[in-house]
Amino acid sequence: MKAIQIDFMGKRLIAMVFSALLLTVSLGSLSFQGLNLGLDFTGGSLVEVKLASKVDPQVVRGYLVQAGFANGTVQTFGSDQDLLIRVPPQQELGVAGQASLGDDIFTALAAQYPGIVLQQSNYVGPAVGDELAQDGGLALLTALLVVMLYILFRFTKQFSVGAVVALAHDVIIVLGCFSLFRWTFDLTVLAALLAVIGYSLNDTIVVSDRIRENFRRARRGAPVEIINDALNQTLGRTLVTSLTTLFVLLALLLAGGEVISGFATALSIGVVIGTYSSIYVAANVLLIMNITRDDLLVPEPEQDGNEDGSYP
Amino acid sequence: MTNDDTRAQSDGETGGTLLGAHSRRGPMNVFPLWKYMLIAVVCSLGLIYAAPNVFQPAPAVQVRALDSERGIGAAQRAKVSSALDAAGIAVSAIDQQGNSLLVRLLDEDAQLTARALIADTLNASSVDFVVALAQAPTTPQWLQNLGAKPMSLGLDLFGGAHFLLQVNMDDYIAGVVDNSAEGMRDTLIDQRIRFLPNRQWIDGRTISIGFRDAATRNQAREALVDYQDFLVQEREAAGNLILRSTLTDDKIRALEDRAISQNLTSLRNRVNELGVSEPQVQRLGRSRIVVDLPGIQDSARAKEILNKFTNLEFRLEALPRARKSQIETYEYQGRVQDIMRRNIVTGNNVQDAQQSYDPETSQPQVSIELDNEGGRKMHAATKDNIGRSMAILFIEQKPRVRKTVRDGETVEEYYTVEERRLISVATVQAALGFNFRITGLSLREAQDLALLLRAGALAAPMYIVEERTVGAQLGDENIRRGWQSVAIGFALVLAFMIFYYRGFGVAANVALTANLMLLVAIMSILGATLTLPGIAGIVLTVGMAVDANVLIFSRIREELKNHPPQMAIQAGFDRALLTITDANVTTFFVAIILLSIGSGPVRGFAVTLAVGIATSMFTAILVTRALVNLMYGGRKLESIKI
Repeated sequence: MKAIQIDFMGKRLIAMVFSALLLTVSLGSLSFQGLNLGLDFTGGSLVEVKLASKVDPQVVRGYLVQAGFANGTVQTFGSDQDLLIRVPPQQELGVAGQASLGDDIFTALAAQYPGIVLQQSNYVGPAVGDELAQDGGLALLTALLVVMLYILFRFTKQFSVGAVVALAHDVIIVLGCFSLFRWTFDLTVLAALLAVIGYSLNDTIVVSDRIRENFRRARRGAPVEIINDALNQTLGRTLVTSLTTLFVLLALLLAGGEVISGFATALSIGVVIGTYSSIYVAANVLLIMNITRDDLLVPEPEQDGNEDGSYP
Repeated sequence: MTNDDTRAQSDGETGGTLLGAHSRRGPMNVFPLWKYMLIAVVCSLGLIYAAPNVFQPAPAVQVRALDSERGIGAAQRAKVSSALDAAGIAVSAIDQQGNSLLVRLLDEDAQLTARALIADTLNASSVDFVVALAQAPTTPQWLQNLGAKPMSLGLDLFGGAHFLLQVNMDDYIAGVVDNSAEGMRDTLIDQRIRFLPNRQWIDGRTISIGFRDAATRNQAREALVDYQDFLVQEREAAGNLILRSTLTDDKIRALEDRAISQNLTSLRNRVNELGVSEPQVQRLGRSRIVVDLPGIQDSARAKEILNKFTNLEFRLEALPRARKSQIETYEYQGRVQDIMRRNIVTGNNVQDAQQSYDPETSQPQVSIELDNEGGRKMHAATKDNIGRSMAILFIEQKPRVRKTVRDGETVEEYYTVEERRLISVATVQAALGFNFRITGLSLREAQDLALLLRAGALAAPMYIVEERTVGAQLGDENIRRGWQSVAIGFALVLAFMIFYYRGFGVAANVALTANLMLLVAIMSILGATLTLPGIAGIVLTVGMAVDANVLIFSRIREELKNHPPQMAIQAGFDRALLTITDANVTTFFVAIILLSIGSGPVRGFAVTLAVGIATSMFTAILVTRALVNLMYGGRKLESIKI
């Protein structure tokens, strides 16, 4: 295989502008229109039904309004026969009334459309929704913090900051996409976001590991060149792994159905952005923070032992 | 290759600080036999424990005895068997597992008919058995003997309903404080200890009683020594001497535990009415209960049954000399009935209530069984009150929500609306204890009363805060989609690896297959529940597990530029190891954090991710290495294709 040599770091200014642009758009969208939060976080009721034949959602909505459910939205879900009815939290119904709203809606529809099948019915109380949102945010922050500490322990502060900046970059952009395109953000998407952190981190560490190794081994050479070499050496692996991961995500998108599509979409974006960020964002931070050979020359003794000796 | 060569490589590459263990070994890239054996053993175990997941479950009907002591046995088995035979329903087997029978059917369409028939046969006179639709595992006996069993399917794959119930602890604790306060006051009145009247003497979990002088307060303190759950302090306010009794934290925790366990028991009993084969009723955190009802179709009825909240209070009839503040007035069978405000025992102390017949008169009656504490209290309250009436108050609480402004923010507050009515007023004939009876009732009255008493034996109000119901049809669809995506993703990755890495790709693919198998095996052994996000986790693991192999192979490619093949292979594996460990450990952290968020779908994903990381490290580092060693190791190689 012929050695590829791409001057990654030479284009780092362009990359910085590109990242800044993506971040600005993402943060802008997030602060202006926020996320289209799903039932998991807002609370409320959701009913998914399968009808015997194709029906216009607007007709169904009209019928529901007539039956006394004025607040519902009706949309098709996957196919023309599958309908999704969402109702925001209805305080005036009381706790028990709200919990049975889904059943009431289904009963009303069943009277009008024979052969209807209840696919799923969800109810999330407002308090639970808030808790899930809080726990989710907390989990994201904890994940970032733990990662930062681990890398600080295994590498140096430059790598630690680089990894976390790269992760935050990825998370914000994926969130930005969900905000910009008004895709529903629910619990499975949150799980995907944490998986993005895991994935992007994996990438960043592989690259960082190589950068560290090259710094230690190189007797001379500017940091830019050393980093460039490391990026080129890991490029093949980075692309292959991204590709195989995208393959399986493609499988999920194609066959997984609506429930998984949000998850697969978030991860697909995350994998692409994560691959990019491990090359440009993490490495860029190293240069900005003026990494030098000296920062890496005092290896912990047991680390060297691992590297040389121990067998799996 | 010789030792010296290896050492030279080691030195040249890393500055020769330390010498690894491997440098003292013989030919390169050959594993000792025990390593191959180890891998073979692990993989065969994986195969055995993953295998049950391949067998499709069979339709079945489960019959469970409600009364665990009476159980279920050969008699019921024979009845069921002959009833099904008579109806022409084909049965493949009837298995007994402890207190339940599993009737395996050949035909899925016969499931509903069979259930109705079995229920009619066994529960003809009284309801003694739960008869539920079930899925029987078809794992072969020899696998079952090894303890291998399939993963259970989550509600999103099986269909069913999931409920999260919030127990309203504040109301419950307030009730306990309230009752203790009444008790303290009655004690003081009984012992003629004078205290100052005060309307606002209960504040949260603190009861404050005022006295005129220190001597009386000391007397009172002595008199109230039985209330050990309270922390007693002496205070002074506005010239009065106050005795402050505060419910201790320990006691509150104990009360919470008790309330939850009582609610759990009561819910389990009620859920039995629903005819679900494997209902799960579990505590979650301090004040929540999860109810999972796999396979249930009628979620409206389930909710009706879960939402019932009731309690009971046994109270004495008010005597004419009682003060106004001590009595409450209710209507009972068309007349006015004054009863004491203070209760003797509550539904929390009621363990059971059954309609039965008086052995002497053969008249219908209700037998009530109390717990130890309840029995003691009942005895103390009734021994001096023979001839006086005792009333049973039935309390029904209906949960409601309202909006209030707190710290400038509108928040929702749950509260309950209470309905109280008397369900029994009967004369105390003797000092009562743990077991007593209410007689003089018609059969109908006795049955109704027993039912209400059982229903009321619940400690604290609850309401549904989350519900997820999935229809059986969607469940089937989800399974099909899930496995389809695993198959497509897996095939794509396998094809790519062969195309890109040739011989090494074969090794990687075998390792990847082993990985998938081990992942399924470990999840089955752990008793994990498979959900749709869990399947997504498996798919993602397949995609990402390749990474370790890719890291190794691309490293070998690089090393090949400067080293002969065998040395390149060894160096590639060695150098990639640290990177693989670092990368996986961090991802593992993320999986653990995901697990700790603790919500259903996310957890399912996190479990597969965490297990997947462990298995993929094992397979990439050991299995791939073993295969590469077998294919290339220990012989002279001019060049390798990678």
